[in-house]
Amino acid sequence: MSVLFECKDLVKSYGSTQALRGVNLQLQSGRIVGLLGPNGSGKTTLIKLANRLLQPTSGTLTIDGEAPGTGTKAVTAYLPDKDFLPDWMRTDGLLNFYQDFFPDFDRERAQTMLDSLDIPKNMILKKMSKGTREKVQLILTMSRRAKVYFLDEPIAGVDPAARDYILRTIIGNYQEDSLVIISTHLIADVESVLDEAVFLKQGQIVLHQSIDEIREETGKSVDEYFREVFKC
Amino acid sequence: MKWEFKNGVPIYQQIVEILHMRVVNGTYPPGSRMPAVRELAVEAGVNPNTMQRALSELEREGLLASWRTSGRFVTEDKEKLEALREQLGRQYVEELFQNLRELGFTDDLICHAVQIYSRGEINDSLV
Repeated sequence: MSVLFECKDLVKSYGSTQALRGVNLQLQSGRIVGLLGPNGSGKTTLIKLANRLLQPTSGTLTIDGEAPGTGTKAVTAYLPDKDFLPDWMRTDGLLNFYQDFFPDFDRERAQTMLDSLDIPKNMILKKMSKGTREKVQLILTMSRRAKVYFLDEPIAGVDPAARDYILRTIIGNYQEDSLVIISTHLIADVESVLDEAVFLKQGQIVLHQSIDEIREETGKSVDEYFREVFKC
Repeated sequence: MKWEFKNGVPIYQQIVEILHMRVVNGTYPPGSRMPAVRELAVEAGVNPNTMQRALSELEREGLLASWRTSGRFVTEDKEKLEALREQLGRQYVEELFQNLRELGFTDDLICHAVQIYSRGEINDSLV
């Protein structure tokens, strides 16, 4: 096992607002980690920093020992929390697009998953239901043989059957020695899929522990425990 | 037995319980090869490491044995399987008594109720 993701005294400010206030975190290979926190706790900011869509105000963040940049983008698969692909693109065009950009993209795997969902090759993203669009974007992301996967709210806004499909696709497809980071506030749904939970509160980490340890020590589910920690 | 998980109990322990049941009732027959970890994890909707931990526990108990290259197999040791069946049975009887005692049933009444139930006369008065 090796450290694939590390933050040291990481701070990110937007003007006078501090979104991340000194985050120290180490995540190992072979784990599925839940980045859990209410809206505005800094989850998306952290993921955007890791994908170099933002620059830290101070402190460092590294992926497999390297600062975010071209090198790390080749080994990280990122699913943003918003639609990120041009909505006029067709499924076969998306496969070409991913194949061109990412040498680690396993086209055959993606095609098999799209076929099993009966998504036509010539369907454009715009014509798909929200659930289908989320599934397609996840399939593209999980078909990369990446070292680190960042999934920002992969199950928000889709029905329970689609959630189930998405979670099973994650467990069934990530590389055994890679790291999967899932940000969400829908904890009850992802709990059984995670190894570890990281609780973010107002830009700081308040807990980093294994799921079964939390359940054993608190006698509660992680979801119940979360509600207690973040009680309004 | 379905893959359903209760709150507040470590998930791997609940997987162990479900696997116990499945080994005893022959879902995974004696001597058969177990499905791969990842396959079981996807089926159960749980983390593969958690599934691995549960399977290791069954190996420790001697219910499963793994052979380096060919996978993981269910034991053919009949005595071992019979002992597990009995242990699980005892647990259920214990739970039954605990719950019914909590409802205020005496032990005599519980035994009587069980007999009535087994005759398929569940709607009859228990007393």
